[in-house]
Amino acid sequence: MQADIFAKKKRNTLAYLCLLGAVTMLAMVITEYNAVKGIASIPKAVQWGMANFYPTAESLEKLPVILEKMQETLLVSIAATTAAAVFALLFAIFGSNTTRINRFFGAVTRGIATVFRNIDVAAWALILLFSFGQSSLTGYFALFFGSFGFLTRAFTETIDEVSGGSVEALKATGAGYFSIIFQSVIPSSIPQIISWILFMIETNIRSATLIGLLTGSGIGFTFNLYYKSLAYDTASLVVIVIIAAILLIEFASNYVRKVIL
Amino acid sequence: MEVKEQLRNVTAPADHLIGGRMPAKPLNKAAIVTRLTLYTLAVLTIYAFFSFDYKELDFMDALLGTFANLKTIFLEPHLKHFSFGHALYQVMVTLGLAFLTTLFGAIIAILFGLLAAENLSSKKTSMVIKSLVAFIRAVPTVLWVLIFAVAAGLGSTAAVIGMTFHSIGYLIKAYSESFEEMDRGVIEALQASGANWWQIVFQAVIPSSITYMISWTFLRFEINFAVAVAMGAAAGAGGIGYDMFMASSFYLDMREIGAITYFILAVAIILEIFAAKIKRKLKTA
Repeated sequence: MQADIFAKKKRNTLAYLCLLGAVTMLAMVITEYNAVKGIASIPKAVQWGMANFYPTAESLEKLPVILEKMQETLLVSIAATTAAAVFALLFAIFGSNTTRINRFFGAVTRGIATVFRNIDVAAWALILLFSFGQSSLTGYFALFFGSFGFLTRAFTETIDEVSGGSVEALKATGAGYFSIIFQSVIPSSIPQIISWILFMIETNIRSATLIGLLTGSGIGFTFNLYYKSLAYDTASLVVIVIIAAILLIEFASNYVRKVIL
Repeated sequence: MEVKEQLRNVTAPADHLIGGRMPAKPLNKAAIVTRLTLYTLAVLTIYAFFSFDYKELDFMDALLGTFANLKTIFLEPHLKHFSFGHALYQVMVTLGLAFLTTLFGAIIAILFGLLAAENLSSKKTSMVIKSLVAFIRAVPTVLWVLIFAVAAGLGSTAAVIGMTFHSIGYLIKAYSESFEEMDRGVIEALQASGANWWQIVFQAVIPSSITYMISWTFLRFEINFAVAVAMGAAAGAGGIGYDMFMASSFYLDMREIGAITYFILAVAIILEIFAAKIKRKLKTA
């Protein structure tokens, strides 16, 4: 009997592994991914990086320009996130199961958030490029829409999690809708909300690099400029600045999280 | 005398309370940091709006233009430069990229995740791997792809390697955190009974955190799908993202962008529903 169970388990595992292998082979064929070339490229990339991809004294002269672009990208990311957070909070309150006004309205707000969340920021950037051109606003709105969708989902889950019992209790005491929201729901979920906002800012700086590449603005454009003109020393400096900025934000948000959560 | 003095001491704070209103909530460190964070974000946001590079853009014009464009994009989609079948195939390519990077990332991340978990390896190893992961995660995926593209040439190979790098970083963090939640007593009990490291890992650690691992991995698959679309557009990885980039930058065909957006949206929503199902199943199991 017991041997049977083990044999069955083994067969199941084997079947899953075979399926996984088959799907992998299929994926490799249709994406034209070359495994040998892929693995070989790692040491080649390291070698190349050691030889070319580091800032030289010459490239350091460009540092002020790079820092200025980095600041612009940082500000775009932060502004997009906070504005999106305000809207997302509103939608989350209307969409959460505990605080929604009625079932229909809740479903509508959730649906809108789902659409916004599932269109990637890169897609938004390409759509917005038509009317906003190469200005900061293209990146700003692309990040805004993407963050709005994601934050609405995150906030909805937070509100569902923290305020189920207290909302019911306050309703029983006869408190009005707005006093329930402002006295109980928002205060009890604010630490989580801030934590999500900080996470979103980090993510947005990374996405902003990508959007910059696509739309020609911010730090992504700066990187592309030097990368395409084969000025790898300056391009590496841009990468270092981006890493420094992200680690700095991560450090700050980790501190805030530790204190408030 | 002494009693009286003590009495005065006791009543002293009460006087102060009657005089002023008692603060509704004591101001502790958490409250201060919360407020400071919110104020800082608000100030930075306002400053950002003044510092934007508007390039003499008429904001209202652009906004109205965007609404008109969005209407064209989403209400009148069509495919002109390629067929429905081709689009479906390109979606499969993008899904394939996401699948490969997630699979490679997961396999490598399990190994390093075990080494990064403090309760399964030494503090020193864990620290080294965790800082390495922080570094890998700090570099945006697109930069990883472009850096590898110099060695491997632009195309799907560089994209898979670059995207795998970022997935590894993400999954190591997720896996090691779920390994660290493991009860110390279980590991100690197994050690005491003479189990070696591999036995502890395969008989206790992985079985008890497999549900977390599956849901994190699937989440990464969803993210990788979006990333693969972006890499197709920005780094020549192929797939539906490349078609979208062409429609936007070369053909300037908004209706085609609309059709492609619907394709991406459909796949993303299917993946999300699938993820929710897996999560529910794992919770009940």
